[in-house]
Amino acid sequence: MFTFTRRRLAAVALVAATALLGTTGCGGDDESAADGQVTLTVDVFGQFGYADLYQEYMASHPGVKIVERGTGSNLDEYSPKLTQWLAAGKGAGDVVAIEEGLLVEYKANPQNFVNLLDHGAADLKGNFLDWKWNQGLTADGKQLIGLGTDVGGMAMCYRTDLFAKAGLPTDREAVSKLWPTWPDYVKVGEQFTAKKTGAAFLDAATNTFNTILLQTAGNTSGYSYYDTDNKLVVGSNPAVRQAYDTTMDIIDSGLSGKYGSWSEEWVSAFKQSKFATIACPAWMTGVIEGNAGPAAKGKWDIARIPGDGGNWGGSFLAVPKQSKHQAEAIELAKFLTSAKGHIGAFKLKGPLPSSPQALADPAILDSKNSYFSEAPVGKIFAEGAKNLKPVYMGPKNQAVRTEVENAVRTVELGKRSPQQGWTDAVANAEKAAAK
Amino acid sequence: MAVHLDARPPVAPAPRSTRPDRGTRLSRLDTKYSPYLYIAPFFLLFGVFGAYPLGYTFWVSLHDWDLLGAEHPFIGFDNYSQLLADPDFWHSVVNTLGIFVISTVPQLLAALWLANLLNRQLRARTGWRMAVLVPNVTSTAAVAIVFAVLFGREFGMINWLLDHVGVSAIDWKANRFAAWVAISTMVDWRWTGYNALIFLAAMQAIPRDLYESAAIDGAGRARQFWSITVPLLKPTIIFAVIISTIGGLQLFTEPRMFNSGTNAIRGGPLRESQTVTMYMFENAFAPHYNFGYGSAIAWLLFALIAVVAAINVLLLRRLGGGSRKEVSR
Repeated sequence: MFTFTRRRLAAVALVAATALLGTTGCGGDDESAADGQVTLTVDVFGQFGYADLYQEYMASHPGVKIVERGTGSNLDEYSPKLTQWLAAGKGAGDVVAIEEGLLVEYKANPQNFVNLLDHGAADLKGNFLDWKWNQGLTADGKQLIGLGTDVGGMAMCYRTDLFAKAGLPTDREAVSKLWPTWPDYVKVGEQFTAKKTGAAFLDAATNTFNTILLQTAGNTSGYSYYDTDNKLVVGSNPAVRQAYDTTMDIIDSGLSGKYGSWSEEWVSAFKQSKFATIACPAWMTGVIEGNAGPAAKGKWDIARIPGDGGNWGGSFLAVPKQSKHQAEAIELAKFLTSAKGHIGAFKLKGPLPSSPQALADPAILDSKNSYFSEAPVGKIFAEGAKNLKPVYMGPKNQAVRTEVENAVRTVELGKRSPQQGWTDAVANAEKAAAK
Repeated sequence: MAVHLDARPPVAPAPRSTRPDRGTRLSRLDTKYSPYLYIAPFFLLFGVFGAYPLGYTFWVSLHDWDLLGAEHPFIGFDNYSQLLADPDFWHSVVNTLGIFVISTVPQLLAALWLANLLNRQLRARTGWRMAVLVPNVTSTAAVAIVFAVLFGREFGMINWLLDHVGVSAIDWKANRFAAWVAISTMVDWRWTGYNALIFLAAMQAIPRDLYESAAIDGAGRARQFWSITVPLLKPTIIFAVIISTIGGLQLFTEPRMFNSGTNAIRGGPLRESQTVTMYMFENAFAPHYNFGYGSAIAWLLFALIAVVAAINVLLLRRLGGGSRKEVSR
């Protein structure tokens, strides 16, 4: 009796152990350290430029350790991951960065985030540009999901060496005068292309399209793919059509290098000096420096954007409800989005502050970027930032934008005629919005 | 206890011991049930990681399930009817099958040929045999990234080589068929050696005397290969086909890494190289976050694999039976 009881016991134990194996896999990530230290995880994408600020914060808060994840990652990889973490109720950082395009989706389901208004954030309203503050609020204005980090004021970045090769002026004032409008920009591009430098005039039609669209929409209706009643207006908003037509002129003149934005080829094209200009929201300067590398230092410069103004991108910091250290996380988010935090980030990686105090600070206004031939980036970006006209984004903005930009890309690659591309854009956008 | 023992019907097999005790009865129970316990861990794991997700996915697919949403209304089979009428879904099915065919056919032929070479008397034979497995040990993501660079439009080595022989550059990512070929190359790079080793193992089980008698009858190497080796390998070949089917229809990493940049999950602006799993991912996660629709795709993919596997089983019955006849000399 004793012998086989033991045997059966062994069998039962084996089963139990196997079952346990399944559960321990998901249960072993308790991160609270025994010594009373709190580890705060910050999830970001791209370059937020917080490294120095973390050091400073940890020095003044000895009980806090900060770990940043996702530095340099692509927004396309980051967004689904963050969404999965939120849906699973587990895995997200204590402070998470949210890009404005994704924020609209999160605002529809605000229960995933701490309401910062419950934690004294209302007093901070004056620290942000009005529209940036309002973007972080839910539709009913009762919950604040995120505190603003940067805004995406626009400029045009260009390669002085390629401009010189094509016999164009290289001085940033003179270059800015070349293209007061987008048709002028196309004309300069045609002159450039005629000189056969071996480089294209611009990187990708989709980037330029998005720039023109946000600018045109900001200057006219204030919305792009959705109107402010969340009705899809891809086919009827003149701003979309105008941006599309201008982009078709650019494609038609053969100005685009056709590098899919953010692809491996696009990164290689930076390194191999394969295009001369790129539409340049403030945060793009960090991307260019990262992609083109030290070899291209001093070969880039920054001029005015054709047309007038425009805002592309910009992010927010939020605290997910699933965070185990909400109070500490909120404090850190407030620090990073203070005027001081905005200045620190700008100095390190170039994202343009959304805080009026920071924008007026000499530390920003006088700053120059040595990578971009000592261009006065503070002046170039900060001066326009206060007058930025934001563009409203509807619930499925990201999915719709993807469809429209892909339609632009099919024309760019010669797979569709401009007319077919437009039909595709409208039809596919409607399909995506309905999903 | 004793009552039970006495109540045993007389038809029971004669007890080995004249004095049956609790020990033998329990030991019989033990023989009867403990095998189930021994295989239980597999079924337990399968239940947790196989059956449960399968059932849950089906449950999700019957709902309008926004990944972040608080409420998930039940909509019955709406996701399925919408999916069956979705041209993008069928487009991805055609891509998957296309890539599957143009990767598997040359792959198995090459594996057969490699196995045949490795089956000969070679110097450093073990070394060669290990070497063909090396691509299989490298990380899929790393392989895919390297190949994506090789197949680059402007900076890729393949186009550079083509240029040297006077062929104009191919836009591997924007041409549907070219994208299929490029992705198939990655798959073949990874799996040809693996299949070659499987074939090699089967080849070594073929009796040598078959070849000897064939040689006496005047059959050359090629004739021996096609008339002896290949027929006797048929069951193994079918096995390799089934494994390739399952892997091929779920192809994800290679085509996903082949595409880079914004919304790479789409597999190109016109979805040139988007497989079913990529389409599932696109819908369940970014940019649509429609978990219900994604789950419906997962279930249709499951059905698709079941259909293709059933076709394979039918083939297996026919060809497998045929080869057995040939063996029974």
